[in-house]
Amino acid sequence: MTHRANRQLRVGALARVEGEGALDVTVADGRVERADLRIYEPPRFFEAFLRGRAYTEPVDITARICGICPVAYQLSASRAIEDACGITVPAPVADLRRLLYCGEWIGSHALHIYLLHAPDFLGYPDAIALATDHRDLVTRGLTLKKAGNAIMTLVGGRAIHPVNLKLGGFYRAPTRAELAPLAEQLRHALDDALATVAWVATFDFPDLELDHELLALSEPDRYAIDSGRPRTASGASFDVSEFPDHVVERQVPHSTALHSSLDGRRHLVGPLARYTINSATLSPTARQAADAAGLGPTCRNPFRSIVVRAVEVVYAIDEALRLIDGYDRPEPASVDVPVRAGVGHGATEAPRGLLYHRYDIGADGLIRDADIVPPTAQNQPAIEDDMKRLVQANLDLADHPLQSLCERAIRNYDPCISCSAHFLDLRVVHR
Amino acid sequence: MNIAVIGVGNTYRRDDGIGPAAADAIGQLGRPGVTVTVTDGEPTQLLDAWTGAALAIVIDAVLCDPAAPGRVHRTGLSDLPPGAGTASSHSLGIPEAVELADVLGLLPARLVVFAVEVADVHFGTGMSAEVAAALPDIVDAVTQELNRIDAPVVDR
Repeated sequence: MTHRANRQLRVGALARVEGEGALDVTVADGRVERADLRIYEPPRFFEAFLRGRAYTEPVDITARICGICPVAYQLSASRAIEDACGITVPAPVADLRRLLYCGEWIGSHALHIYLLHAPDFLGYPDAIALATDHRDLVTRGLTLKKAGNAIMTLVGGRAIHPVNLKLGGFYRAPTRAELAPLAEQLRHALDDALATVAWVATFDFPDLELDHELLALSEPDRYAIDSGRPRTASGASFDVSEFPDHVVERQVPHSTALHSSLDGRRHLVGPLARYTINSATLSPTARQAADAAGLGPTCRNPFRSIVVRAVEVVYAIDEALRLIDGYDRPEPASVDVPVRAGVGHGATEAPRGLLYHRYDIGADGLIRDADIVPPTAQNQPAIEDDMKRLVQANLDLADHPLQSLCERAIRNYDPCISCSAHFLDLRVVHR
Repeated sequence: MNIAVIGVGNTYRRDDGIGPAAADAIGQLGRPGVTVTVTDGEPTQLLDAWTGAALAIVIDAVLCDPAAPGRVHRTGLSDLPPGAGTASSHSLGIPEAVELADVLGLLPARLVVFAVEVADVHFGTGMSAEVAAALPDIVDAVTQELNRIDAPVVDR
């Protein structure tokens, strides 16, 4: 049963990832021939949907691509359209955007760590089983997520699909007094976040080191979230406007999400890439937590991504507290962004990795063309490569444990298939 | 009385927008004590929305086979089917959120779910005619639930 030379594993309806998709692994003569992450929803709908809409609309429309990371879409869109119109927002507006983005990182990472990923390491089938035995742990995760939601609600207007953002800034900026209770909540959340790092650092991690190229935005003096230049782990760097020259998308038959490559190589975006490229810019508190958790200056083991996410939660809370402490209420809350015909590019670090938007805007203010390159689409070839290697190295396992291992490995990437294409499905077929 | 009305769905996935549309319509009634939330169904958001509520009313789209688009099913906690195919694009559905809330002691005192059979959850705005036509009935049904809670208790 476990040593058949030819077999096919089908992992339909991948559980605990955002969206729907499936993984097909084909083994022939003892060698893994293919690992196809199949994503089969109509792709690129939003890009087509945006054509002909006013240049002010993507900030609201793209928020609906993902319920977990709407701010990433809103701010990548804002940056791209403001770039096309030749506008740079003032520092207080940019800082408030960064504060909002910290809220999204906290919420998204807390959700993934506690409800989606930790059960894998502790031998539970899901978060409900984990919560049955460890109610306090899951409650801590929900409290952390709530702190992220509190930022989203206060700054963004509501916890999902924030409504307070507009091109050029915000409809209304909170007052210092309104931010004070938030800071109090975040100080408690920082303790929970530090405890989270210490907790996940005790998990057992399979040995695996990836050699994919890594890509993340980078800034000289702070951990890149809402801005920065794309940089690779090999040291190459380019302007956001050159992104389409380096990251090339192509269609593959088995997926309705486009695959992409970076200068012809497989690449990975997300926490591992960010940490490996930018760990020197973490805050002292986050750095200390990372050191205590045994993370060196780089991390290329995808199973350890849960530790990196936990460290990023510490950073995001620390950074949110710093931004609140130095808060300078933007007056006005937004700047005018008069239309200018042309092409604009924008990129930010969504919780799952670099998210790039490009818009071509006409003189009439209508969008002529839109291009959105989400992180999960970029990661697909790297995920498939990992699956091939993982299955090859574990061919002696029976189908069920092998399938579980594949699912677990896919969850390392926190794939948001609802962003990259939408919906994923999971079944096992033996041959 | 703290009552949560929660519309689950995505208005950019056609009929999946029925939950949000119904919640918005209830919100416009401006009833005191009623908090209206629109969510994509992510479980922690559901927990946040209904924790501490005396009554939570959830309106969500369901895919059935065979389907009668627009047909509304009213269910309570005890008869939620595990893992029924909700049209939400997230992997944990309402039954799983209920289980998680139960384990964590975060269930509302009462939970009523209106599940609306839908036909088209492809990308796009606007609902199919059958599902859009069901909206007034759903709003009536939710209003009746709210009226029952609001009705004064009469000693006999």
